[in-house]
Amino acid sequence: MESADSARERVDTIIGSRGSKTLIERVMNIVFIVCGFAAVVCVIAMTAYMITSGGPAIARIGVVPFLFGQVWNPTNSQFGIAPMILASIIATFSAILIALPVGVLVAVFLAKLVPKRFSGVLRQIIDLLAGIPSVVYGLLGVILIVPLIFKLQAALGLPTVGSLLAAIIILVIMILPTIISVSETSIRAVPQKYEDASLALGSTKLQSIIKVTVPAAKNGIVAGMVLGVGRAIGEAMAVMMVAGNAAIMPQLLGPVRLLTASIPIEWAYSSGLHREALYGIGLVLFIFIMLINITLNMLLKRSAD
Amino acid sequence: MTVAELSNHRAITEHISRPMEKAIYGVIYLVSALVLAMVVFFIGVILYRGLPHVTIPFLSTAPNPVDQTIGILPSIINTLYIIVAALLISVPIGVGGAIYLNEYATSKRFVRLIEFATETLSGVPSILYGVFGYMMFVLMFDLKVSLIAGTLTLAIMVLPIMIRTSQEALRSVPESYREGALGMGATKWYMVRTVLLPSSLMGILTGIILSIGRMVGESAALLLVAGGSAMYMPRGNLFQQFASSGSTLSVELYRYAASRGDNETAFGIAAVLIVIVISLNLMTRFLAGRLSKNE
Repeated sequence: MESADSARERVDTIIGSRGSKTLIERVMNIVFIVCGFAAVVCVIAMTAYMITSGGPAIARIGVVPFLFGQVWNPTNSQFGIAPMILASIIATFSAILIALPVGVLVAVFLAKLVPKRFSGVLRQIIDLLAGIPSVVYGLLGVILIVPLIFKLQAALGLPTVGSLLAAIIILVIMILPTIISVSETSIRAVPQKYEDASLALGSTKLQSIIKVTVPAAKNGIVAGMVLGVGRAIGEAMAVMMVAGNAAIMPQLLGPVRLLTASIPIEWAYSSGLHREALYGIGLVLFIFIMLINITLNMLLKRSAD
Repeated sequence: MTVAELSNHRAITEHISRPMEKAIYGVIYLVSALVLAMVVFFIGVILYRGLPHVTIPFLSTAPNPVDQTIGILPSIINTLYIIVAALLISVPIGVGGAIYLNEYATSKRFVRLIEFATETLSGVPSILYGVFGYMMFVLMFDLKVSLIAGTLTLAIMVLPIMIRTSQEALRSVPESYREGALGMGATKWYMVRTVLLPSSLMGILTGIILSIGRMVGESAALLLVAGGSAMYMPRGNLFQQFASSGSTLSVELYRYAASRGDNETAFGIAAVLIVIVISLNLMTRFLAGRLSKNE
């Protein structure tokens, strides 16, 4: 401590007068504290707004009719979001179910099988997938995926509309980069000696990867999966453009409306209880996201330990 | 995993027959090739269908219903306004927050709290930022549906990116730099200003580029808080322009594709967006190269 004090004594001989310096020091200290806590303030404000606006709305509609009601008909003041919750959950989990194995395979490819020269470029291509704006995905879905599903629907004698299947395909593509990059990072983080030990025991390279490296990277891969769930459940624009948006019970080839989609679709012309019901949807979504965040936080802490 | 745990993996020594192994390799290579080909195909489709629409008049005029011409200049300007203004807010706060976390914070509990808040913010989907921004900035601050409300909302949205990248940049500055500066008698702020900030400039720049990428692609939140359309050039002085509503490129793309059913113009905008995204990606790659060379 003494050496630090004497260092401070000499401050004025090197840079200017001491009085103004300590004042600036103190001010900057406070400025940095304020900046640091800005994120905390934002989270608190957001939580408060979500609860105070969504809570009363849900209370007025009634928790059970709101969460479990099957009819969403604002003109009749019926605000049941069960079909949307179901659609969101089905879409999210189907998307994860497809994207997780694909993502892990690509991550293994990038981390273990590609020569170092190419892995950088290939990683860039995957990063590009993450950078494409969600409306562009929506547009691609409208042009490339929806017409194919129309053909399938026509062949089966179903009405040709946007569908749950289209939403799932779009979500798979959108969460792939997240899962790939988190999995790749955690596979690369597994110490090489694990694999070496396995090889020394006589297993092949592939056996070592599948039975040693990937299981050792399990925590990171699970974290990537949870991150993917969060992205999928929160995605609005792209799925809205391909899903057909009818608030009815979901069927694979029928139109569905996801939880997120109601807000941008009806926001502009909603008022009164209708607008409040949208706040209520916001709160439900917020609770989902917070649960996912807390899970993720625990997972990351566990893998750090 | 310990040696004991490893040896529990009896499966290691199990024999996988060679054809099986070849099949697994085949699946891995096939899936990876398909995913990579898909990305290239998507970008190809966007550029192939979009670039023919991207002409000088398309980029440099407002839509003209009389002549039936379409131009996206108003939304380009709106996008630039929102990005620059949001960065003016989020860069100082984000870098300051990172400096607090890395250099000033003494309480571990505060650090953990702030990091949890940052992670939470980065996990919140953009549609919820829209709802929150609407309640906070449009209703409570009475800013109306406007560019300034959009700016403030996006500034919060990119805050976690700025904090995280700045923190990484600060961490990569060797401890000896700090000790050197402090040992020469510099005060802490003087050390931060003259030693830490210049040495972490590249990392901070990476954060700025990532933030720009996020904001360029943003649509759901802006649809609620900045709304409007971009039929006209922004009018009045800068303050009036920020106080009026207007859509950015991504929101405009959505409007053309979903509300007006004009996929061709939407592809034109998509091509512009993709070119921006690719350039930003190349820039981060260049910066990452510079960074690793410095180390």
